[in-house]
Amino acid sequence: MSEPRPAGELKHTPLHALHVRLGGRMVPFAGYDMPVQYSSGIIKEHLHTRTAAGLFDVSHMGQIALRPRSGHIADAARALEALLPADILGLAPGRQRYTMFTNDDGGILDDLMVANHGDHLILVVNAARKVFDETHLRSHLSAACSAEPLLDRALLALQGPAAEAVLETLAPEVSALRFMDVRAVTLLGATCFVSRSGYTGEDGFEISAPANVAEPLCDALLRHPAVAPIGLGARDSLRLEAGLCLYGADLDETTTPVEAALDWTIGKARRPGGERSGGFPGAEIILRQLGGVTRQRVGLRPEGRAPVRAGAPLFRNEDDAAPGGVVTSGGFAVSLNVPVAMGYVPPDTAAPGTRVFTELRGKRLGMIVSKLPFVPARYKHR
Amino acid sequence: MLRFTRDHEWLRMEGDIATVGITPFAQEKLGDLVFVELPGVGAAFDKGAVAATVESVKAAADVYTPVAGEVIAVNDRLADEPGLVNAEPTGNGWLFKMKPADPAEIDALLDEKAYDALTSAA
Repeated sequence: MSEPRPAGELKHTPLHALHVRLGGRMVPFAGYDMPVQYSSGIIKEHLHTRTAAGLFDVSHMGQIALRPRSGHIADAARALEALLPADILGLAPGRQRYTMFTNDDGGILDDLMVANHGDHLILVVNAARKVFDETHLRSHLSAACSAEPLLDRALLALQGPAAEAVLETLAPEVSALRFMDVRAVTLLGATCFVSRSGYTGEDGFEISAPANVAEPLCDALLRHPAVAPIGLGARDSLRLEAGLCLYGADLDETTTPVEAALDWTIGKARRPGGERSGGFPGAEIILRQLGGVTRQRVGLRPEGRAPVRAGAPLFRNEDDAAPGGVVTSGGFAVSLNVPVAMGYVPPDTAAPGTRVFTELRGKRLGMIVSKLPFVPARYKHR
Repeated sequence: MLRFTRDHEWLRMEGDIATVGITPFAQEKLGDLVFVELPGVGAAFDKGAVAATVESVKAAADVYTPVAGEVIAVNDRLADEPGLVNAEPTGNGWLFKMKPADPAEIDALLDEKAYDALTSAA
């Protein structure tokens, strides 16, 4: 059998000791020693999250506070809008929005969440990009805001149909949150920032907690029979079923928000004819692409049982020599018990139901373009 | 008696037929399997050739033939129950049976003690 790669020097999250105590199988991920799974395994962890509640440590991600030097949140929002295509000035206090930093070619530098905490913004960015993002923010926004990483905070995700009932036992007010609401909530006596969001397609919460309460908070949550710890393996299979993008796989500096089918994140105010049209890196290219792209992200269902992994070529016809697209995420939809994938194809093969082909172990294999998400989202919009 | 490769396959001789699978150590490392691709019956392989692929939720791994020979049977149950490889790696989770071309190659494989030493060092 082929061997996995060895690890290097790795950082720990505030929950590292808990992972080890819970029997997590630790692997290197974005410079951190993280649990890929616990003893029950990825399949059980995945299904548990879809049927009860899963607890994830996502403390490796970056949390960055943007504070306006003027004291006016609008100045921070306006400054941030120069780096991304979302409507941040229109983001109400207590609300969060998904967006992405773009470059001058319209490519994606990182995808992130932006939350309005009243007098400042908090950004949650990818672990592998957080150092870059901090530098990016400081070099462009220093005149208007300070950008400080919240180094002493852990980030947890509690996801699944039982998440609300569980978190309510610690803080009844969380049931009032709708999808993408964010509030300061006291948990175990500590001020936490709770958002109703996640990366699984389930209802649930992300909880930013001071590092010193992270472990007691996890213990309190894990005392509920509905809650099980979930590793990065199931996090990835859950997000793939939910049709959510992974930076570095489905998104990178060569893919634009429109190609990635994330055009819904471009605020109305930032579009042609909007009150603050353009004004972000690559705006000319990205806004022009709203009228049409040469490739776009789609869902794919391989025929048969074999997973088709990232990097697999996509062909328009069974006997084409040159690929017309590529798989960017691929694996197994545990809830559906079939392989699924996402990838980029030309627009004339992007309609659901279109049959394209990949090459797997030297053989051509059909894949059916499919609507995303593969598993319906269960967000609480109310 | 089981014999082992450094690449975490096992082989069991019964008469002149060798049954091949992946070791408990290997299935544990891979995690839950969701797909197993097996060779065609009648296919002939050199020692160390890729004869099968096992895929977990996370990753795919190639399975190499411990010895040269011809495949005479495959474990069809794995098409619907790939998890058998996790549950019973050296029992009902076997992958394929082959007729070794050169019995001397079997003697060159690791015995249980040598394999245990290899995996406890890993």
